[in-house]
Amino acid sequence: MSMGLGIREKVDVCVVGAGHAGCEAALACARLGLETVIFTVSVDSIALMPCNPNIGGSSKGHLVREVDALGGEMGKVIDRTFIQSKMLNVSKGPAVHSLRAQADKAEYTREMRHVLENQEHLTIKQAEVCELLWSRESDKKRVTGVKTFTGAVYECGAVILCTGTYLKARCLCGESITYTGPNGLQAANYLTDSLKEMGIEMRRFKTGTPARMDGRSIDYSKMEEQLGDPMVVPFSFSTDPESVQKPQVSCWLTYTNEQTHEIIRENLDRSPIYAGIIQGTGPRYCPSIEDKVVKFADKSRHQVFIEPEGLHTNEVYVGGMSSSLPEDVQLAMYRTVPGLEQCKIVRNAYAIEYDCISARQLYPTLEFKEVEGLFSGGQFNGSSGYEEAAAQGLVAGINAAMSLLGREPLLLDRSESYIGVLIDDLVTKDNREPYRMMTSRAEYRLLLRQDNADLRLGKKGYKVGLVSEEQYLRLLEKEKMIQQEICRLKSSIIGANQKMQDFLQSHGSSSLKTAASLAELICRPELDYQILSEIDPERKALPKDVTQQVEIEIKYEGYIQRQMRQVEQYKKMEKKKIPPDLNYDHVSSLRLEARQKLKEYRPISLGQASRISGVSPADISVLLIYLEHENQKK
Amino acid sequence: MRTDTIAAIATALSEAGIGIIRVSGPEAVSLVDHIFYNSAGLRKLSGKSSHTVSHGYIVDTKEGEDWKKGIVDEVLAVLMKAPHSYTGEDTVEINCHGGVLLLQKVLQLVLRNGARLAEPGEFTKRAFLNGRMDLSQAEAVMDVIHSQSEMALSSSIEQLTGKLALVVRDLRQQILYEVAFIESALDDPEHISLEGYEERLSLKCTSFIDRIEKLIASSQDGRLMREGIQTVILGRPNAGKSSLLNAILGEERAIVTQVPGTTRDILQETISLRGITLHMIDTAGIRHTEDVVERIGVDRAREYAQKADLILFVIDGSELPDEREKEIISFIGQKHVIVVINKTDLNTIVSEDQIHAFFPERADIPIVRISASSGAGLDLLGKEIEKLFFDGELKGNREAVITNLRHKEALEEAGKSLLLVRQGLEARMPEDFYSIDLMGAYTALGSIVGEEVGEDLVQEIFSKFCMGK
Repeated sequence: MSMGLGIREKVDVCVVGAGHAGCEAALACARLGLETVIFTVSVDSIALMPCNPNIGGSSKGHLVREVDALGGEMGKVIDRTFIQSKMLNVSKGPAVHSLRAQADKAEYTREMRHVLENQEHLTIKQAEVCELLWSRESDKKRVTGVKTFTGAVYECGAVILCTGTYLKARCLCGESITYTGPNGLQAANYLTDSLKEMGIEMRRFKTGTPARMDGRSIDYSKMEEQLGDPMVVPFSFSTDPESVQKPQVSCWLTYTNEQTHEIIRENLDRSPIYAGIIQGTGPRYCPSIEDKVVKFADKSRHQVFIEPEGLHTNEVYVGGMSSSLPEDVQLAMYRTVPGLEQCKIVRNAYAIEYDCISARQLYPTLEFKEVEGLFSGGQFNGSSGYEEAAAQGLVAGINAAMSLLGREPLLLDRSESYIGVLIDDLVTKDNREPYRMMTSRAEYRLLLRQDNADLRLGKKGYKVGLVSEEQYLRLLEKEKMIQQEICRLKSSIIGANQKMQDFLQSHGSSSLKTAASLAELICRPELDYQILSEIDPERKALPKDVTQQVEIEIKYEGYIQRQMRQVEQYKKMEKKKIPPDLNYDHVSSLRLEARQKLKEYRPISLGQASRISGVSPADISVLLIYLEHENQKK
Repeated sequence: MRTDTIAAIATALSEAGIGIIRVSGPEAVSLVDHIFYNSAGLRKLSGKSSHTVSHGYIVDTKEGEDWKKGIVDEVLAVLMKAPHSYTGEDTVEINCHGGVLLLQKVLQLVLRNGARLAEPGEFTKRAFLNGRMDLSQAEAVMDVIHSQSEMALSSSIEQLTGKLALVVRDLRQQILYEVAFIESALDDPEHISLEGYEERLSLKCTSFIDRIEKLIASSQDGRLMREGIQTVILGRPNAGKSSLLNAILGEERAIVTQVPGTTRDILQETISLRGITLHMIDTAGIRHTEDVVERIGVDRAREYAQKADLILFVIDGSELPDEREKEIISFIGQKHVIVVINKTDLNTIVSEDQIHAFFPERADIPIVRISASSGAGLDLLGKEIEKLFFDGELKGNREAVITNLRHKEALEEAGKSLLLVRQGLEARMPEDFYSIDLMGAYTALGSIVGEEVGEDLVQEIFSKFCMGK
């Protein structure tokens, strides 16, 4: 393409794609004062939710909270646009409580677009980025800008790729295949080749979504109603809890049956996956209904959740029944489900295939190891989910900014956040399917609760510059109150007098043999902070978020202490940094497999190295000694 | 970097005069103080200055018990304070009396009091990291770590051909299933419910703990490991019983002549065969005799046979069996027995069929052909003994002993984690808490079979439980 004909502009950062990752990335850069352009194939699809109409859920809710604590936007926008909200897992431990909100999709998109449009230093541009511009400095590549389909060139210091499912996308619905992105939007067909030319390795993943139906065609009387929580908890730490108490809509639960499964089994040969037309790897955690029927043949029914897509539409989402079967089979199968006998499909279920990368090519900062100034986030990195995307977008945005501003990068580790777990898993493991966050992936999850995300990450957000002074001071105050109250409860001793024994007996708790502290009493399963107020006259009125932390810290102290000791061990290895230019060929005694893996992944620390499959503890010892050796030489 | 305290047997694991347990790390002195008493019954190692030798006892006491009752060994403890030791850390070397079992017992006491079993090459690694070694030695250190860990691994895997591996893998699979169930319910609470699960898990947990405890017990195999295997050699006069014992002993200790009946009484020797301790009892030849002295010998042989853990039934391969063999078979009854056909260097006329005919109900009776005079076949005999008693679980070579201790430590850790699960259940802790300890048990067991956790859990969740939207 010839230069000089199109527009030529100079900015600091170009963000390619305006989905959940792109929005967070662009906002972070602009808020840190960098001139930023965000490119999208359609301005109307900013922060689109092309699959499920909800944000949060188990472990994903944690991600949203963490994004918020670092100064991201997702939590604030969903707090303004939700139509139902639920705290999941409340009967279980506090670490797995997880917030999930049904969004009004159109409102969410509009609201996020509104935030972007009004952000200083941020420009929205509807254009398809077709090519990355780059130079070679000594042996390193450096990104210098992007070029759009119309030939416009934007020179910049950093590019953040958040292309989602758009690269060379194709959608499959039975035998019919369209070469579009999600929801019939235009696919991006050029950028992949430009990336390959730069030496970036591409791969192909697949995902899918169920049908949307006309709500008027559904008989809800045959379904179970699923209500929101009577008292809604907001996602964002900065949202006033009063502002989220509003009327909510219901979701509905129904089930598939043997008849449904029979139709699916009879038509399996018409499914593009089973017929071998789809080559991309799909996620196991949101299997299509045909996968569920084949893999779990012994289950006589599967749950189907009917979820509204918004307040100003009749469309509903049919959760649990994503499919790539042909239209006629879809209709037949949906109509076997109680309540869906007369259903009308507005949008067919479909599977989508797209180009993405293996995130092994990235540092934990989400910058490409081989290309300076090039960052990426979201589904492009091989993840799945709006929340996973937002989290990576935010980190990629922050780090692009940090690098341009010449500041320290933001590195989050596995012991301080789900985001750290997410990124470490993406860049350290060989993920063969779209990666979804799960609580079981977080080994220190008792510490990584959704309720303490602000305490874990607020200071980092402040240091980066996305959390305000005011919020920061509030956080310090909260920390102080928690510590003081824990201290007080541990040192307030209650004598074993008759009044006390009566109190304990009235709550089904065994009587005291000797005096005990209030903290010890809180540890009893049948008692809690609230109950003890009766025998705690000195108690001051404290905010609920403070007393909640106090209670959790005391009640689960043993487990929490144990995890903190594990974290200490873990941190030691994380702190042992490996110089980026280390030549592994000079490290004798490394086994061949380990050497190859280490050269490929180029881990930043011994901790990261130890998590690469194929690198043994003995290899780590060898590496440690080598590094010490080198240090001592200096 | 690592600041915990490690311990291991520092000397070769063979039947030597003395053996040394090395303990290194910040807690080394205070830790040994828990189990070291001087002759006045005081625990005073920590008061001593560096590079001193203290005489005393390693003691395994129970609360409130006289310490003297718990004496395990009389030892010399050598104290070296940081940085003037091999590793550069506080180090105590306990000089014990030799003997594999004794050393292991002392090591276990040290581990139980808070030390961690040293990884292969770890003392050397620490020595290097603490600047106690020349830089030029770094490479050698790395090689040592590699070769030692490979050796440990290969010998560890070698041991895993037997029942232990099967049991451990089975346990792991079952534990993983439970973790995956809990985790899938945590991740997808609307599809998978944990209603009433606690009682089920509590029962399972009890059975897991039970199996692990049995494994731990078998890894020591109580009396057999501590006291050795009572092995009685039976056979007609001059079948080569004493020659066999001598061949195993490697020296002429029992009287061996060509004249039948030279072993008038019972000879006992304790030997180590492939790491297994055997108390070998050579008996007088079994025959019908009028000689009073010899008669006593034969009666004693019968008595010993009744108490034996193992009988080596020696048959002269060059002569046909007769009444005497029949009498011996009556001694043997249902005892563990290995039939040893001796004198294969001569013309062997005894067939295996003949022997099987003696034991019609024991079709799998082990038969070994040896020549006690040339030593041929002794190897096979050793293997048979090993197979019989440990079902391939425990091979007595040096590396195997080390890795066995690792196995035991891992089993104990798994057991501890499962106890925590049970405590969590009793304390009505939420599922996500005890699930962590369940995973801990899984990980600990994994170190026995050399399997890392990696993506196991996620795989199991997706393959066993139907998740998702």
